[in-house]
Amino acid sequence: MIARLLFSLLVSLTALPALAAETLRLAVTTSFHNSGLAEVLLPEIREDLDLEVQLLVVGTGQAIRLGEAGDVDAILVHSRAAEDAFVAEGYSTHRREIMYNDFVLIGPGEDPAGIGTAKNAAEALARIAEAKAPFISRGDDSGTHKKEQALWAEAGMDAGDLGAWYKPVGAGMGAALNTASGLGAYILSDRASWLNFGNKGDLALLFSGDPVLFNQYAYLPVNPEHHPHVKEDAAMALEGWLTSDRAKVLIDGYEIEGEQLFTFNAE
Amino acid sequence: MLLITLDGDLLEIALRSLRVTLTALVIAGLIALPLAALLAVRRFRWRRAVIAILNAMMSLPPVVVGLVVYVILSRSGPLGALGLLFTPGAMIIAQVIIIVPLIASIAHQSLRDLWSEYHDLLISMNVTQTQKMATLLWDARRALLTAMLAGFGRAIGEVGAIMIVGGNIEHATRVLTTAIALETGKGDFALALALGFVLIALAVTINFAIHALTRTEREARW
Amino acid sequence: MSAILPLRLSGAEARRRGKRLVGPVDLTLNSPGATVVIGPNGAGKTTLLRLMHGTERLAGGEISWARPLAEVRHEIAFVFQTPVVLRRSVLDNIAYPLRLRGQSRKNARAEALDWAGRVGLGGMPDRQATVLSGGERQKLALARALITRPEVLFLDEPTAALDGRSTREIETILTEASIAGTRLILSTHDMGQARRLATEVVFLLHGRVHETAAALAFFDAPGTPEAAAFLRGDIIE
Repeated sequence: MIARLLFSLLVSLTALPALAAETLRLAVTTSFHNSGLAEVLLPEIREDLDLEVQLLVVGTGQAIRLGEAGDVDAILVHSRAAEDAFVAEGYSTHRREIMYNDFVLIGPGEDPAGIGTAKNAAEALARIAEAKAPFISRGDDSGTHKKEQALWAEAGMDAGDLGAWYKPVGAGMGAALNTASGLGAYILSDRASWLNFGNKGDLALLFSGDPVLFNQYAYLPVNPEHHPHVKEDAAMALEGWLTSDRAKVLIDGYEIEGEQLFTFNAE
Repeated sequence: MLLITLDGDLLEIALRSLRVTLTALVIAGLIALPLAALLAVRRFRWRRAVIAILNAMMSLPPVVVGLVVYVILSRSGPLGALGLLFTPGAMIIAQVIIIVPLIASIAHQSLRDLWSEYHDLLISMNVTQTQKMATLLWDARRALLTAMLAGFGRAIGEVGAIMIVGGNIEHATRVLTTAIALETGKGDFALALALGFVLIALAVTINFAIHALTRTEREARW
Repeated sequence: MSAILPLRLSGAEARRRGKRLVGPVDLTLNSPGATVVIGPNGAGKTTLLRLMHGTERLAGGEISWARPLAEVRHEIAFVFQTPVVLRRSVLDNIAYPLRLRGQSRKNARAEALDWAGRVGLGGMPDRQATVLSGGERQKLALARALITRPEVLFLDEPTAALDGRSTREIETILTEASIAGTRLILSTHDMGQARRLATEVVFLLHGRVHETAAALAFFDAPGTPEAAAFLRGDIIE
């Protein structure tokens, strides 16, 4: 009796409808996914191209490695140096810029380090270091992490040698924001993740606008010469769509709380 | 309220959780139960070693299992050509590896006890090895059900391994536990908690249903 | 099918951890009747039965049947002092040997129901066997042993732990089985039972056959002083 029940249950479960459209695996960064833009774009892509884009939400570092291993068909990331190396090593045929957003500095509302009045990002970080205020780093080799390291370097400091107030958590943007919220710490976040974050607590956006904080997203299809099984046609179709006028309207028009998050700049 | 608004997606995710875990459970049972019976009735050279390994594997960290399966199933790995990475199939494989030792160890304990009870009788009846195993498996079926339920509980609540090998892809490999991890990451604790309650409700319901079934069976027999 | 008897033991020995438990034993058992193995505690009655049945490893000497062992195994059965019941219903317990022999569940259960009736368990075919009383368990074990119509049935102190009524019922079943042609080989410490059932007596002492005789003659006038002392109720060392 039990066996029969389990069997019928199993049959009904395995008989779930299969996905009709062709699928393409795209590794994207957490910051892109947390922005919510994917939920606007993916249904449109599905409609226009009959293509089911499966998102693997990872840090830029892992996205690059997924591409190298051939486990995804294309990647959408934001770390120029790593992208150039990816192309140089032949894992991708080319790099296509799609859009940019910007990073912001988040911290406790009372701003103990006083970064709100800093002239630029480097000065803001210098003030945090001076105050030895707790700072959460992603510490996960992601695009945001790399950007943060570059900013510390610009401020004349080595991110690897900052003292106990500098806390790498080795986690995604949301988890890192959760930690910052819990500790009342400063953190570098992309604007989209911050606006969509649901557990802000005492945290507030304290500094933004320095052009050095702009964050360029690029699309890199995986080279079929390296991995013959990748879906080259679908990857090319998706690139065409992402750089189209239709994508421009959707990306530029995407807003959270009245703020535009991304600026389309594909050529 | 959250649950009502999420209806469609939630149902899809919950059903996928069930499908992946029940498939893994059936496969793991087909491996673990005969193995446990064999270990109970047969004295072979590596028997003790196998039992020790099974017991040790019960405490395998799922994340490590996930990592190993990932490396093997990656396109650059030895079984990459199968294209299983980031599919429910990969999640099923990881869950099977995680729960086979658990089910086999628990099952082996009860089968070993039953075997010491049955030993003289079955030997005197000149029963073949296969018949011994079948007899033990059938007569210990209630204890084995408990072993299977333990496996089910471990598999349905597992997140580390299936996050790695499944990739938590929406509409493809997102299940309840990975959805909870995702929503927690977004700082949406209310939704994460709601999903957690669905997961608990699912596990409890399955447990109750199976216990109710065995009770009716028992009453019919006694 | 030809008979599996006679059973011949020549110099048969059983050892455990180097120590000789039984033997060397020379014995020939022929059809028909009931052989009762008696002797003081520790004389090796159980071991001798297991040796003949084949569940005790033969450490020396020879045991041979009239037919090859592989065939013999299907024609013999064993009933233990403490019956082992399977965690199944009464009917499924009794049907078990037939299922092992590949009979369909339906046929096996039909025949088992018949046997349940013969041993007085006809009123409880669906009861879980694990809740039966000691006497009921032994009757179940008998039905399970007899359902394959074995040519030889070994019984190791089958009524040692049972009350008078159960003992009488079981002896009745055994007598019927004997009449139906099953050769009985049983051990007992109950001299009354030995007198009631035996056609032949094997008196075992210190692991060796001390005396073999037809039952009537043995109980009338045992041939050795030890057997006589045993029958009188003396303690034999």
